[in-house]
Amino acid sequence: MVEPLLRVDGVVKEYGRGVLTRALDDVNLTLAGGEFAALIGPSGSGKSTLLNVIGLLDSPTRGRVLVGGTVATGQSERSLTALRARTLGFVFQFHHLLPAFTALENVMLPAWGDAGFASAEMMARARELLVDVGLGDCAGRRITQLSGGQQQRVAIARALSRRPPLILADEPTGNLDTASAEAVLLLMRRFNRELGTTFLIVTHDPRIADRCDRVIEIVDGRIRSDGPPGLASAGGSAAPVSVARTAP
Amino acid sequence: MPFEWFVALRYLRDGKAQTALILAAVSVGVAVIVFLSALINGLQVSLIDKTLGAQAHVTLRAPRESPTALAFDAPGRAISRSVQPASQRLRSIDQWPAIMAGVEREPGVVAASPMVVGAGFAVRSDATCPVVVRGVDPERFLSIVDLRKKVVAGRFDVSGDNIVIGAALASDLGVFVGDKIHVTTTEGGDEVATISGVFALGNEPVDKAWVVTSLKQAQALYALPGGATTIELKVREVFEAESIAQSVRDRTGLDVVSWMKQNAELLAGLSAQSRSKNLIEFFVVVAVALGIASVLIVSVVQKSREIGILRAVGTPSRRVLLVFLIEGGVLGLCGSVVGSLLGSLLSKLFESLARGDDGAPKFPVQLDLELFVFATAVATGVGLLSAVIPARRASRLDPATAIRNG
Ligand SMILES: Nc1ncnc2c1ncn2[C@@H]1O[C@H](COP(=O)(O)OP(=O)(O)OP(=O)(O)O)[C@@H](O)[C@H]1O
Ligand SMILES: [Mg+2]
Repeated sequence: MVEPLLRVDGVVKEYGRGVLTRALDDVNLTLAGGEFAALIGPSGSGKSTLLNVIGLLDSPTRGRVLVGGTVATGQSERSLTALRARTLGFVFQFHHLLPAFTALENVMLPAWGDAGFASAEMMARARELLVDVGLGDCAGRRITQLSGGQQQRVAIARALSRRPPLILADEPTGNLDTASAEAVLLLMRRFNRELGTTFLIVTHDPRIADRCDRVIEIVDGRIRSDGPPGLASAGGSAAPVSVARTAP
Repeated sequence: MPFEWFVALRYLRDGKAQTALILAAVSVGVAVIVFLSALINGLQVSLIDKTLGAQAHVTLRAPRESPTALAFDAPGRAISRSVQPASQRLRSIDQWPAIMAGVEREPGVVAASPMVVGAGFAVRSDATCPVVVRGVDPERFLSIVDLRKKVVAGRFDVSGDNIVIGAALASDLGVFVGDKIHVTTTEGGDEVATISGVFALGNEPVDKAWVVTSLKQAQALYALPGGATTIELKVREVFEAESIAQSVRDRTGLDVVSWMKQNAELLAGLSAQSRSKNLIEFFVVVAVALGIASVLIVSVVQKSREIGILRAVGTPSRRVLLVFLIEGGVLGLCGSVVGSLLGSLLSKLFESLARGDDGAPKFPVQLDLELFVFATAVATGVGLLSAVIPARRASRLDPATAIRNG
């Protein structure tokens, strides 16, 4: 059968020495191409940790992560960087753009930093993306001259710039008002529909979660429920797990 | 433009205050090095120039006569002996044309001049002055000590019975160009000569004593027909004079001295001066390096989040390393350009402030391309080296940590 885009196999993540904090406790998860999934859970439940592990920014204490069938866990920092550049896009919790650079330069960053040289093609693509996220006029502006919502949209454009198959977004609408949050969500849905990009979105906002195709709830580092929206918010103890998606 | 350069330059431009501060530090350091070197090199060059103004780089003479013992020790015999140095009469160098042709081919030698040099007296009516007679082949002599430039009255002409004398001697004798004087020597020579020119080298013993005549006249004065008592050499690199003298000595067996031997004290002083200059420069370089390194380390800490982002979106760590190396190198390079300008300006200002009576600078400075190239290379190298530690730190930052602490 076809390898899923992402597979998380029995991942445990512990922090600290001596007194250990178990941020992730035996997490199993698969994501197929074209999915649009939300990751929810109380603060401190391990959402960002899971995203960092999936994003190959952090290595798990036990278990492994497979991206597109390749075992990423245990590879050298160098090949992880390359894998990250090719397959993953990030929208961070604190949008994390480079303030010294313009919106356009920030969007070009992933392709540019990997290739070493800026090409006309890169620039054209970045411009196109900025137009797509409604910031065609702001291309030459410094990040510090943009509003929070605009910055978040630049971050999404940047995540999309290399057309990665998987985008990991950590509270992309966290600091936005309802209208801006709505715009950002619509944007992500559009790219999901048009390009088939897979999204995994961490959110605290039930309205956002409800509009995803799949909601994964994590509590105390364990997956408590996984399925279509509506199930998780029921808060039942015996959380149903979407067998169809998690079975290999 | 390569990505690393773009990011490095952008960061330098963005952190204006930091960049300006560190540039100022590098500039001041380089300016000190340039100024110090220009001043000390200038002083040394002018000292050596003065010293070599009337002196050949290497002088060859006939070997000194040594006393010959008439009785020898033998087993069972004791002798009492008193040895006195032999009196040195003026002698010609044996086969001097062949020897001169040989030393002229010696590598590093640019000119050779045969001479008859001896003591004598210049006499005019009631004035008698001790002099040094130098019989020269004018063309060859002038290529070693260019007296033409120092002639203050008349012209340089030693043809026929013409002679050229020092200005102090002329005033001692009370003579002018066109006057005739007697030149007598210890060997019994006595000739009447016409003064064609008077020179002033600015070197008292020379100006007071030199009587320059033709080789032929001097040979007659000292009864050395066809002879030459001395061969003077000019070499390309003045500091190679001693090694050239050594090789000539070995080859010819003559009495050969270089200006370096004759001025050993001066040279010892100069080299002590150079050493202390190098020491000062070394500490300036260390201070500049520490300055660059500390500012860059601070900037790596300040930018750790941004470095994390760069890494997370797929920038290889070697590019991050390069960004900071470039920052260090560029700071060193720009600082050295500004510092070189500053140092040159300072040197010129200093030179123009202190002038002697004749308007010539008391402290001539020596600014040459070599100095700027040296300062630039050192500053850029130091910039790169001091960026190594910060750059490695930056490239090893863990992206997850950098991002988490948003
Ligand atoms: N670097 C770290 N060192 C030690 N403990 C950590 C570290 N990072 C996270 N933790 C712990 O791991 C647990 C999970 O943290 P995580 O950031 O994944 O939570 P989260 O679900 O993203 O929370 P929030 O919704 O507030 O962002 C928390 O208990 C946290 O204190
Ligand atoms: Mg979080």
